[in-house]
Amino acid sequence: MPMRKLLAVLALAFAGPALAETPHLGKSVSAADLARWDIDIQADGAGLPPGEGTAVQGAPIYVAKCAVCHGDGGRGTEQAKSGKPAPPILVSDVKLKGMDASHTSIANYWPYAPPLFGYIRAAMPWNEPRSLSDHEVYALTAYILAENKLIDPKLVLNARTLSKVVMPNRNGFLPRFPELMPK
Amino acid sequence: MEQRTGLPGRQDTSQEFEEAAGNGLLHRRALLGKSIAAAGVLGTALGPNATGAGAEPLTEPPWSLQAGEDTPPYQGPSKFAKNIVRTLANPKFEPRSSLARTPHHMLEGSLTPNGLHFTINHTGIPDIDPAGHRFVIHGLVKRPQVFTLDALLRYPLTSAPAFVECGGNSAPLFSPTPIQDNVQALHGLASCAEWTGVKLSILLDECGVDPRAKWFVAEGADGPHLMRSIPLAKGLDDAMIALYQNGEPLMPGNGFPMRLLLPGYEGNMNVKFLRRIKLVPGPAMTFWESQVYTEPMPKGKSYNFNFLNEVKSYITRPSHGHELKQPGIYEISGIAYSGKGKIVKVMVSADGGKSWAEAALQGPVQTKAFTRFRLPWRWNGAPTILQSRAWDDHGSFQPTRSEFVAARGQLDSEPPVTAFRNHHCNVITSWAVSSRGKVTHAYA
Repeated sequence: MPMRKLLAVLALAFAGPALAETPHLGKSVSAADLARWDIDIQADGAGLPPGEGTAVQGAPIYVAKCAVCHGDGGRGTEQAKSGKPAPPILVSDVKLKGMDASHTSIANYWPYAPPLFGYIRAAMPWNEPRSLSDHEVYALTAYILAENKLIDPKLVLNARTLSKVVMPNRNGFLPRFPELMPK
Repeated sequence: MEQRTGLPGRQDTSQEFEEAAGNGLLHRRALLGKSIAAAGVLGTALGPNATGAGAEPLTEPPWSLQAGEDTPPYQGPSKFAKNIVRTLANPKFEPRSSLARTPHHMLEGSLTPNGLHFTINHTGIPDIDPAGHRFVIHGLVKRPQVFTLDALLRYPLTSAPAFVECGGNSAPLFSPTPIQDNVQALHGLASCAEWTGVKLSILLDECGVDPRAKWFVAEGADGPHLMRSIPLAKGLDDAMIALYQNGEPLMPGNGFPMRLLLPGYEGNMNVKFLRRIKLVPGPAMTFWESQVYTEPMPKGKSYNFNFLNEVKSYITRPSHGHELKQPGIYEISGIAYSGKGKIVKVMVSADGGKSWAEAALQGPVQTKAFTRFRLPWRWNGAPTILQSRAWDDHGSFQPTRSEFVAARGQLDSEPPVTAFRNHHCNVITSWAVSSRGKVTHAYA
């Protein structure tokens, strides 16, 4: 067998089994199949769904579904205000102070706004996650951002406007291990 | 378990053991090889009886005079060991996170029993039927795929020990004063198991990674749909879809039927009940990485993406709450680990850090896993302070209290022991021994 042909055969022999070596037992899944599950939001707002809502629309939803754990107007329960373990305070004018993380808040700390939508949609209400419509999640996000004076209370929040919200602490972080951050 | 509060010790009338550091720290081989000749002295002169008096006549106890109990299908601990349990931070199951801490002060070796492995679940423990569980890889891949548990069980499985540690473990040591609580309360949010599963790199290769992917978002199937952003390089390195924990299927609180295991990385990133991995160009900045697992610094910017659990050690026996019944020989025993790699050295001090002796490491020492260290110590009955300090194979070592506070700061006042006022604390832990043998948490 000529050397070139032999090499080609050898290359095939090594390339072929390399693919077949793992079982390939997954089944292909389409974007349509994934629609209900594909709920992560990128920091810049990529992945935000259609829909919209305002703080005014969010207020009654907040009272009905959120206040029991997060207190009136997002200001926290008595337990949370006394520093005991409790669902977090959502609306606060506390200032960052030193290394004590109990002084961090959505308003003074979160670097991006779209993850707030992402978290409410994925995880809240605590005992009934994924029960809110995207409109309701926009309305609740608007309510919390407006109560924190981070947006105009009249703003209609949607994928476009939420992506444009600038959070005050946007540049407040350094990665602890820069050498491990993807380039 | 009598040893829970009282360590009997051995009265040491001989002075034959070689001292390795101040205040009675003996050479790490003192009670093993060298002292075989002295064993006779230990066996007779010191005796098993703490008072030094002779042994009592031996009798047949009741359990030796009758048939025992029947054999249960799933074995639990002896009723005399029933006090070895986790402590619960949310015992009434209020609508918030539930935490269970590992009782290090009552355990030995380097693997945590499955029922005592620490857990944190943010919306309770989901009751997942594995037959209905699906795991998806999608996003920036050529072939998005969905896998069942049955499918994953036909892949090549690998086993490795790995510790998992919450980023908030040891947070009580940010207090300006030593919180008077035990090693379970201070360091109980770390455990180590042998995990068995499928290397994530195999599945990623099958799906065909798009070169634009730099990160992946991992998501759990429980109520919070907890999502974390992880560098793709870690997924292609030693990440595993873990299916077994110390040989049996994962415990429900530890992620049954499958979890992401990222050896050495912050516990919360090891997403449990794993149902989805999406390859993405950048991090999602989820709640967990925007606020919870970040570290405000005393001045300037805050840290985020604090991936690694850095080198740490603590003495588990004797430790806070233990009592040394009399002067004499004791074994100091503890745990060391590093998210970067292997433990290469643990030094122990019995004089508050003035002098140090090298502890014996129980082999095989494995990367990113608990390493048990031990060292014999002859307590002379005087008050003192015990400390341990670990080094890893990347040259990292634990900071002293003053070094740690200089870099990371400390709180203005003592917080509740269960509070997380900052994360990622690996400062040296100190235990004070009083003249009565009482062991308490201290700073030194």
